[in-house]
This record gives sequence, C-alpha cells and structure tokens, in this order.
Amino acid sequence: MRFEYKVEGGDFTQAGNAASAIKKTLKQLGVDPVVIKRVVVALYEAEVNIVAHAWRGVIYADIEGSGIKLRLEDEGPGIPDIGKAMTRGFSTASEGVREMGFGAGMGLPNISENADEFHIDTVVGEGTTLNIGIRF
Amino acid sequence: MTLKDLCKLIDGRAVCGADRLDEGVKYGFASDLMSDVLTLKSDDFVLITGLANIQAIRTAEMSNVSYMVICRGKTVTEDMLELAEENDMVVIASPFSLFKCAGLLWQAGLKELY
Repeated sequence: MRFEYKVEGGDFTQAGNAASAIKKTLKQLGVDPVVIKRVVVALYEAEVNIVAHAWRGVIYADIEGSGIKLRLEDEGPGIPDIGKAMTRGFSTASEGVREMGFGAGMGLPNISENADEFHIDTVVGEGTTLNIGIRF
Repeated sequence: MTLKDLCKLIDGRAVCGADRLDEGVKYGFASDLMSDVLTLKSDDFVLITGLANIQAIRTAEMSNVSYMVICRGKTVTEDMLELAEENDMVVIASPFSLFKCAGLLWQAGLKELY
C-alpha cells in the first residue's frame, strides 16, 4: 500500500494532514496503538519540519505487513550540520514557527527516538530527504 | 477528578464535548511546546496549554489525547473546534493562566506526568 502527500512550506494550516491520514489507515489495519503513536509522532514532527524549514516537499508512505517506510523529500535550504541538528535544543526555526508550538530543537531527536531506522540525506541549498522505518 | 470538577476549579467552559463532563482524568501535563507533548508515551492525561491554534489540536490528535484545557481566555477558533470534534476530544476553555490552571488542578489532586 503506497500513499503520497504533497506538503507546502510555510502552510501551518495543513501541517499534520499526512500524519492524520496515515493514523486513520493504520487504525483500520488494526496495527498496535503503541506502534501507531510512534509512527504518527515521527511523521508529524517530520511533516512540521518541512512546513517550518523547506519550500515544499513530498511524503511517501509504504505500508507492508512487516512495517511502514516513510520517505520525506523536501526542496529547501538543507541542513549544514546534521550533528548539531540532532542535538536537543538546537534550532534554526523562525519566531513564527515557535509561535506554532514548535522550533525548540526537539523534532529530529523525537523522530529518531520513535523510529527503528532513521537516515538523513541533505544537500545545502537543495534539500533534505528523511528515511524512517518502523516495524509493526 | 471528573471533567465537571476540573471545570469548577478553573472556571472552565466546555467548548467541545460538553456532554462528556462526567468522564474522569487522573493525570495532567502543561506545556506550550508541542514537541514536548509529543515525547510522552502515555495518552491518559489532560493537556493544559496556552497555545490556541490548530497545531495544538493536531498535537493532541497525534498523541491520542482526549482532553484539553486552553488557558488565558484564548479564542478557540472554528477550525480548531472542527478538528477537535472530528477526533472526539473534550476542549475546555479557561480564563485563568496556564500557571494558575496547573497549580489549582495539581492542588486538587491531578497527578503530574513526567
């Protein structure tokens, strides 16, 4: 089962639509609620990251019997220092993002904690791709 | 405590799910930082926040949180209510500050979650 969602940078009204849709699908499939929460928290944080930092992006979700693979590709500024970005409390978010309740430097660490597999590919000035895998 | 008791303590008004105030809650978590809420493994608590926007409701949805208190007399907008209803949440609006709401509820026996 494959799903695809487009995400627009800066549009906080739509942030979370993909995570919400995936949550409903996983519930219908009878996936363990604890696992569903890990998936939607990781996906929601990653979705918010695209809205907060990138110009646009696409989310691909592949659901199989054994788990879910999420791929979030964005066109954006990229991450100059992944080590720093993974540090709790480090953030480059704007004031507007902070007013939405995010931008405290917890997004990537939260994703990592909820994922069984997590990989970041980034090119400064071009964009970032996150690959997230969570087993059922 | 029941949500009805909770409302009495913080001068709260249910703006969504008003027919469910007989339900009870044991734990509370107060934050304006949604990433903080998303770190919690539990979903059996009332989220007390001063953040009145669609992402606060989204965060509750992602966290499976059924009960929310929006503090400081902030306006709960139509799109927030729509999303809250869609996700079967009870949303209570209080004119008190986040600090005062959390303090009163803790004093009355609501347990902290951390």
